[in-house]
Amino acid sequence: MEVPAEIRRAMVAHALFCYPEEACGLLAADEEGRLRMAYCLGNTDASPVTYTLDPQEHFRALRHAEANGWHLAGVFHSHTRSPARPSPTDVARALEPDWLYVLVGLEDRGDPEVRGFWIREGTVEEEPLVGTAGEIVEVPQ
Amino acid sequence: MSVEVMIPTVLRPKTGGQAVVCAEGTTVREVLAAVEAVHPGFGPMVVEASGALKRFINVFLDDEDVRYRQGLDTPVADGATLLILPAVAGG
Repeated sequence: MEVPAEIRRAMVAHALFCYPEEACGLLAADEEGRLRMAYCLGNTDASPVTYTLDPQEHFRALRHAEANGWHLAGVFHSHTRSPARPSPTDVARALEPDWLYVLVGLEDRGDPEVRGFWIREGTVEEEPLVGTAGEIVEVPQ
Repeated sequence: MSVEVMIPTVLRPKTGGQAVVCAEGTTVREVLAAVEAVHPGFGPMVVEASGALKRFINVFLDDEDVRYRQGLDTPVADGATLLILPAVAGG
């Protein structure tokens, strides 16, 4: 899957900003499946080892995506001390088989690792992420 | 009061795959119970046996989290929309 540079940068910046707690957010895609937005949301767990998306912000992101003709297509979060791979907790709590689960690994904060996965019925499959230069996305509202 | 209930992906197996169901009720609790009456197995995924909303389930009534109103006893108006939003979480 192609990941525009600005979306990758937003996820990494949010992960570094929230460190040492886990960062989390949502990804929106357009009807052709192209990633259009990374919503950097609050982690109500305020924890270095778990995350729960702030439900109010989750709702606002959903409405914002819908208002722009997009849909929520994935979730991202950081691992502050472990590799960018889904943990057993991530697999157990994955609810959306059609969402891309993106991990930002901060074991080396100078060189964050960004990887994507599908998590379906307890099975993890990596989705290769391809960086694209991408244009700045205009957000009408 | 007829209410549209938006069903998240994870609960659609309990509603025969339907993303939206219509139900009657004067409170959020009654609407959810009406969905359970038609789609047995839905209710326990959303409401605890004690009658409380499950911790990892959020319910929005016309864009407002019912936890910030009267919870499951929040009154619903005819034509309202209930959105069920499971918490997105991991570790």
